[in-house]
Amino acid sequence: MGPVSALSSEPLVLARGLTKRFGTSTAVDGIDFEVAPGESFGFLGPNGAGKTTTMRMVGCVSPVTDGTLRVLGLDPATDGPRIRARLGVVPQQDALDMELTVEENLIIYGRYFDLSYKEARTRAKELLDFVQLTERANDQVEPLSGGMKRRLVIARGLINQPDLMLLDEPTTGLDPQARHLLWDRLYRLKQQGVSLILTTHYMDEAEQLCDRLVVMDHAKIVAEGSPRGLIEQYATREVLELRLSQDDMAHLDGRLDGLAERIETLPDRLLLYTTDGDAAAIAVHERGLRPEQVLVRRSTLEDVFLRLTGRTLVE
Amino acid sequence: MKHAVRVLEHQLLVYRRTWRGGLFTTFLAPVMFLLAMGLGLGTFVDSSTSGGMDGVSYLVFLAPGLLASQAMQTAAGESMYPIMSAITWNRTFQSMISTPITALHVVFGISLWMVVRLTIVSVAFVIVMVIFGATDILRGIAMMPVAVLTGLAFALPIMAYTVTRTGDGSFPSINRFIITPLFIFSGVFFPVTELPTFLQPIAYATPLWNGVSLARGIAIGTIDAPLALANLGVLFAYCAVGLFAAMRTFPRRLVQ
Repeated sequence: MGPVSALSSEPLVLARGLTKRFGTSTAVDGIDFEVAPGESFGFLGPNGAGKTTTMRMVGCVSPVTDGTLRVLGLDPATDGPRIRARLGVVPQQDALDMELTVEENLIIYGRYFDLSYKEARTRAKELLDFVQLTERANDQVEPLSGGMKRRLVIARGLINQPDLMLLDEPTTGLDPQARHLLWDRLYRLKQQGVSLILTTHYMDEAEQLCDRLVVMDHAKIVAEGSPRGLIEQYATREVLELRLSQDDMAHLDGRLDGLAERIETLPDRLLLYTTDGDAAAIAVHERGLRPEQVLVRRSTLEDVFLRLTGRTLVE
Repeated sequence: MKHAVRVLEHQLLVYRRTWRGGLFTTFLAPVMFLLAMGLGLGTFVDSSTSGGMDGVSYLVFLAPGLLASQAMQTAAGESMYPIMSAITWNRTFQSMISTPITALHVVFGISLWMVVRLTIVSVAFVIVMVIFGATDILRGIAMMPVAVLTGLAFALPIMAYTVTRTGDGSFPSINRFIITPLFIFSGVFFPVTELPTFLQPIAYATPLWNGVSLARGIAIGTIDAPLALANLGVLFAYCAVGLFAAMRTFPRRLVQ
């Protein structure tokens, strides 16, 4: 499928001071990032952080307001169609053709890339096999489940054998089973050497798929690194989650002081960042608190995000 | 232009799936109109006027006007809801411009599609006209491009307008305050010289009257060069303004 691109080490995407303004509001505020060939790169952030706008600029459908952007070594302002010819795009909304069948959706999309009907049909067959929709080839799109539609959109994005795949929230709104099937397909693409850029507000998705990611908030990049690296840098090894009664919450009186490196107070629970969650849980009991619920878990990107912004990702 | 043709291919592929649903308006509407108005009402008109309208039977007088208004109505239909769907609800155009296709290719491709769609309804209408004896084959063929041009004079400006909207709220008003009044008052059923004097210049400025005038001139054989050129000029002007507007509104909506 997608050819392993670029023998050189030139980045697939290079952004310097990349900015997008709509009137007086700034959607993307001077961000810098690079994506290397073969890499799987993520934008993690809440809705409205500027992830989609950034993807649209990389996808050459939204002009850059300020700063520098190079995609596949070309300038989107002058080489949009040439760049788009080598991109695979999975937009946030599926934008499938409801009047057409599953297979026709792929064939006509292949035609946009100047494939012959014969070639488009051949590739459509292979791709439907890849996304496990072969038996639905001649069905209408409308009755497909959300996960199937999403897989079809991924197949559509692969019809031109892209050097770089742009996935905007690939699994938002899907049930867990559908998400795992999708992740599996994306992971295979990654193994075949297709470079991926994806946006997500799910930390587990970013951890599963991204070699490297940036955390975006309020139009800016607030952190950058590998999922593991970010967790090590911004969170502790473990987290103790406590759900306390209203009464205890109101009268903590410093009873948790010194039990953790850092404590986050969420509306419904407390997060204690510590290297040893079990020890902290015992200490909490020793100090006379009786939590309604206790959970010790490993730190995730969610904790990184909370640390950086004081807010949870999915609100 | 290659990429505009890809956009047309998309439209044709969708049409291949949906044309059956439009069969009624394509064939049955002209049959019913010609039956009821041309033959039914025509009997009264012909018996109360000496020598019919403009020296021909009411059926022959009416049919070219109906042909032009059918083109107008098809054009209005194609350039409102389907375009809104493609740019807002289904985002078909957004999918297209994620590929080497650009917003201008979309404009040209959809314009080509309007030509094809209008040709289909015009051919169907002319076939029905010939069957009803409202015209002969040669005159019928000559009327087809007139009908297509009349339709385009509506389709291009309306689609340019449609992509500036995010919903379909204004479409019923377009039908109610533009399409329907034009259908009734643009000389389809009676000459505009029967209208109050102050309304006549308005009628002369509408694309539909110019289309009707041309088509009827061909049907009756009274066509004369200065008027025909003026008619063509008005129709081409509407098309040019519409296309130019679409070349601005489509990119503004799609590329932001």
